[in-house]
Amino acid sequence: MYKYDEIDQRLVDERVAQYRDQTRRYLAGELSEEEFRPLRLQNGLYIQRLAPMLRIAVPYGMLSSKQLHKLADIAHSYDHSYGHFSTRQNLQLNWPKLEDVPDILAELASVEMHAIQTSGNCIRNITTDQFAGVAPDEIIDPRAMAEVMRQWSTFHPEFALLPRKFKIAVSGTKDDRAVVQMHDIGMEFYLDNHNKVAIKVWVGGGLGRTPILGAVIREHLEWQHALTYCEAIVRVYNLHGRRDNSYKARIKILVKALGIDEFRSQVEAEWAHLKDAPNTITEAELARVAKHFEAMPYANLPAHDASFDAAIVSNPVFANWAKRSLHAHKTSGYRAVTLSLKPHGKAPGDATSEQMHVVADLAEQYSFGELRVSHEQNLILADVKLSDLFAVWEKARVYGLATPNIGLLTDIICCPGGDFCSLANAKSIPIAQAIQMQFDNLDYLHDIGDIELNISGCMNACGHHHIGHIGILGVDKDGSEWYQVSIGGSQGNNASIGSVIGPSFSADEMPAVVQKLIDVYIKERTPEELFIDTVRRLGVAPFKAYVYAQDEVTA
Amino acid sequence: MSQLIKLNDNVASIAENEWTVVQLPPSLVEARKQAGKVVLFKLTGEQTVSEEQISGTVIPESGKVIVPLSVFIACKAQLQARINAGEIGVWLDTHEVLADLAEHQSDLNQLPIIAVHVERFADGRIFSLGLLLRTRYSFKNELRAIGDVLRDQLFFLKRSGFDSYLIRADRNAEEAMLSLNDFSAPYQGAVDETRPAFVRYNRVA
Repeated sequence: MYKYDEIDQRLVDERVAQYRDQTRRYLAGELSEEEFRPLRLQNGLYIQRLAPMLRIAVPYGMLSSKQLHKLADIAHSYDHSYGHFSTRQNLQLNWPKLEDVPDILAELASVEMHAIQTSGNCIRNITTDQFAGVAPDEIIDPRAMAEVMRQWSTFHPEFALLPRKFKIAVSGTKDDRAVVQMHDIGMEFYLDNHNKVAIKVWVGGGLGRTPILGAVIREHLEWQHALTYCEAIVRVYNLHGRRDNSYKARIKILVKALGIDEFRSQVEAEWAHLKDAPNTITEAELARVAKHFEAMPYANLPAHDASFDAAIVSNPVFANWAKRSLHAHKTSGYRAVTLSLKPHGKAPGDATSEQMHVVADLAEQYSFGELRVSHEQNLILADVKLSDLFAVWEKARVYGLATPNIGLLTDIICCPGGDFCSLANAKSIPIAQAIQMQFDNLDYLHDIGDIELNISGCMNACGHHHIGHIGILGVDKDGSEWYQVSIGGSQGNNASIGSVIGPSFSADEMPAVVQKLIDVYIKERTPEELFIDTVRRLGVAPFKAYVYAQDEVTA
Repeated sequence: MSQLIKLNDNVASIAENEWTVVQLPPSLVEARKQAGKVVLFKLTGEQTVSEEQISGTVIPESGKVIVPLSVFIACKAQLQARINAGEIGVWLDTHEVLADLAEHQSDLNQLPIIAVHVERFADGRIFSLGLLLRTRYSFKNELRAIGDVLRDQLFFLKRSGFDSYLIRADRNAEEAMLSLNDFSAPYQGAVDETRPAFVRYNRVA
């Protein structure tokens, strides 16, 4: 993975000094609440319901063992010994003290980490596929470009105070796992007719209050121009995006208002001046960064391993886990492993300091000292030998990291919700926990099969509820918490936004509502048909009818 | 004590302010939001300057003055002698359009100073405007940030081409100056240093 040179290190060190002074001035009363707000936000520090929340950047989800050990130590020293992995592949601490944050940043800088631009109206952490570099369907490893873009966007002076937050995702696979269509800018890398790396650029996607899938602004962009083309897009947005109403300030609103064709022509006019400007990426720079992402020193292994095959046959619990948690790998004899942060009844995406140390050790011992965070809020060991999988499983299991539910109903994407977040209308974690307990039967979960259930505590949609096969949104009705349910959303190449099935429910009703949706699916599905496909085939009507049937009887 | 910071050859110092900023009189017309109607560049519903405001603007008879863009466009003929004498600068708001200025003043470098007024420090349009004035319009003279200008935006203003900063009256300009150098080796090329780090330094993997 990318290692800092002197330039990178100097920047994060100077950032620590800058933020330390900003905090000092705030505490001394030299900066008003309003003036300090964007400064702390651009450093990932929110003021939450109970305490500040600090969001630490995990660029495109990559971590080293050393970094994860450090995160575990920070969570232990400055927080309640746990952290929350977010849908932006970052780590959030829920209980740090405002005055401790400069020290936390200094600790982070010592392992080449920071919290720069993890919040605020600026370009946020660039995300990508958690299987980048190892996925068999990968055409281009997008991580080198993601790193080049991370550097470009870090303290970009022109884009320091945009109308609203700005999220970029990159992907280099046939099957999109980075949800590029729901980002302010999505970049899909591919090989063009001349076998050169090119980019398909999407713009104006996003969830939140107004969910919109992105539109293609350019089918073919040579990779060298990635930065200048983004500059053209973000400049048009910076100058013309709405600033009078934060709900209408995202780029998607501007793109919608102008229409993609007009927006495109403004961007192209701007880019005509920027093309080939000094920020054009050089071959040398891409090569320098790409060197950090070269293939691991893999052993030459056969496609099968006798001990692994034997364990699968003799140990059904291991086999169950393997079925859900292992992913194909480019290299013979290796697998990528997802460690579940979704044990039933716990807050999705949370990891204790102890678990972080365990995962860091596993990565060190079995996966070249590296790991990834997925936007589904799990941890991934990307390069494990078949012969080591049993040992990984045994240790992961002891520490509650081996729930065999990856991709199943209880692998819930969930924001921190009303328990922590001051923006939330409703709690989300207890809903996730109640649903997990309702479906706490592994055989049944496996029978239901691949399904994505996403929960957000408010329309800001941090829990990606719009693109859940089942989406749950917390809403506020006369001061009490209610939940709106949608079905038919989806990530991936065939992305879609879910449809709301009807009036919202109380928290108590939610497990039964999900149960009814699943009952309809089980009854109606054709052999091998997934939940999302049944919804697409039948539409919302039969699900709606069954879920609300009881109400009509009593009414 | 002056609130003005000026940058000369990348060295910042507190300087006397020779320029008077001419204000528009307050508008008597209620601001009209253009909600629901798609008007290019005017989506945000910012107030446009009225004829009454322009005619009611009082420009001092002598001395160096920075006049609002709308007044400059309307009164350019009367101001021409003073423009030639280098006594007239122009300021614009962050929602105003640079092309309007360029249309009425083909040689921007005839103006010794252009100022951009930022009403709220969090309005980042000022950065794009500075950058465009320097790169697209090749403006070479003094470029000043005025309005809600605070210490923690100075580094970005400098990188976007501003070389003078009128710090908000209630803040210490001397201390603010320190933040011009918050970062010594920024990654991306911008106005003050056009080459990105990967061109400036020999970075080895």
